[in-house]
Amino acid sequence: MGGQILTISHAAKAFGGNEVLKDISLGVSKGDVLAIIGPSGSGKSTLLRCATLLETFDSGTMRYGDLAVIEDGRYAPNDVLHQVRSRFGLVFQNFNLFPHLSALDNITLALRRVQGKGRAEAESIASGLLERMGLAGREGAYPCELSGGQQQRVSIARALALRPQILFFDEPTSALDPELTGEILKVIRDLAAIHMTMVIVTHEIGFARNVADRVIFMAGGVIVEEGRPEDVIDNPSNDRTRAFLRNLDRK
Amino acid sequence: MVLSLAQGLLVSTEIFAFTLLFALPLGLLIAFGRMSKIGLVRQIFRIYISIMRGTPLMLQLFFFYFGPYYLLGIPLNKLGLFGVEYRFISVIIGFSLNYAAYFAEIYRAGIESIPVGQYEASSVLGLSKSQTFFLIIFPQVVKRIIPPVTNEVITLVKDTSLAFALSVMEMFTIAKMEAAAHTTMVPFIVAGIFYYIFNFIVAWAMERLEKSLNYYR
Ligand SMILES: Nc1ncnc2c1ncn2[C@@H]1O[C@H](COP(=O)(O)OP(=O)(O)O)[C@@H](O)[C@H]1O
Ligand SMILES: [Mg+2]
Repeated sequence: MGGQILTISHAAKAFGGNEVLKDISLGVSKGDVLAIIGPSGSGKSTLLRCATLLETFDSGTMRYGDLAVIEDGRYAPNDVLHQVRSRFGLVFQNFNLFPHLSALDNITLALRRVQGKGRAEAESIASGLLERMGLAGREGAYPCELSGGQQQRVSIARALALRPQILFFDEPTSALDPELTGEILKVIRDLAAIHMTMVIVTHEIGFARNVADRVIFMAGGVIVEEGRPEDVIDNPSNDRTRAFLRNLDRK
Repeated sequence: MVLSLAQGLLVSTEIFAFTLLFALPLGLLIAFGRMSKIGLVRQIFRIYISIMRGTPLMLQLFFFYFGPYYLLGIPLNKLGLFGVEYRFISVIIGFSLNYAAYFAEIYRAGIESIPVGQYEASSVLGLSKSQTFFLIIFPQVVKRIIPPVTNEVITLVKDTSLAFALSVMEMFTIAKMEAAAHTTMVPFIVAGIFYYIFNFIVAWAMERLEKSLNYYR
């Protein structure tokens, strides 16, 4: 598998005595769209936060391509971690846009300050992305002037601007009014169509089934089941998966 | 009389301006110390702030004015700097160190009120710690702390009159001398009007600043 972008093996994480992730192993190859589903509290966010270096695993191994982030429980030095940060992007549930910056400046900030691009180049990249997100002409808008769906699209553009090899989403539609989730799901679908490598934590099972190549069902800090969406979602082999999906259907 | 009061007002304004010039940045450094990861550093700055806020400013002014002589035996007339009397310098030191303690607590509250998501978004984008602070956190802190800073600044205008205790020729000292010399209340009334106008301008300027940052929430 030449295109393995992210590999996690035997990773674990506890908060105090609370084991939140237990012996997690997974791989993401170039162009993969991986959906992670599971009940609340099962450790999905913690997994994404460890993968994006917002939290640290206690043990295990994680590599981004040729770069080892943590090997048998030992983290790489800061310069390696800094390099790794340029390989992934993360879209948060509640956007976390910078409120004091316009939509355009939210996107150009890291292009200029981290990647060292000039203003003109950064702004043309940002404008192009805003247009792709259906936000042409809203460059000067501040986050408080945008709807939740528009804010989330700006935050996706902000992540895409840095050309990450892999993009993580943590419940990107959960903070949105139901009528606004569609526009975000469409953006993600469009990204899948151009083979953007993505890992998406979501409660939108129908969406996961459509867009993902692979689905992981997590519960109690372990990967209970993993496979093609038609297998995991339509014919789950595990009782917990079945119970979870049945519960969702009833809602 | 109005002329000599106006000269006093100039000195008061100097105390005011120098205090802000030194205390605003110093307060930020103290706030960092107060939030340090190192327990001992945190404790030292906590005690510093507690002493500065827990003892009278006038006593602190005396401490900084007489300290060099009483503690180190340095004659006060040798301590001038650039032709400025030590009397005035000690007032600036006292005011700056005192107000920095108040500003530090305001900064700290402001910094702690910024949602953790702002740091997380910065980290994922690859911003360094200092970029995160100066480009993301601090601009938002400034907006949030304008009301409490305005309160402190208005108090400072009035507190400049405490420099009379060291016989610095600021407006209140002069008002007192003029009143005694002419046995009249008028200098006090004129000084009061000057202080009021001063604060009126300060409040207006801070309001303008607040409005100029209203473009976002
Ligand atoms: N910073 C933290 N400190 C302590 N416990 C945490 C922290 N973050 C998450 N947890 C706990 O870890 C478990 C998994 O949380 P999370 O990863 O957010 O689950 P999910 O995203 O699947 O809902 C929960 O029991 C939660 O209370
Ligand atoms: Mg979660």
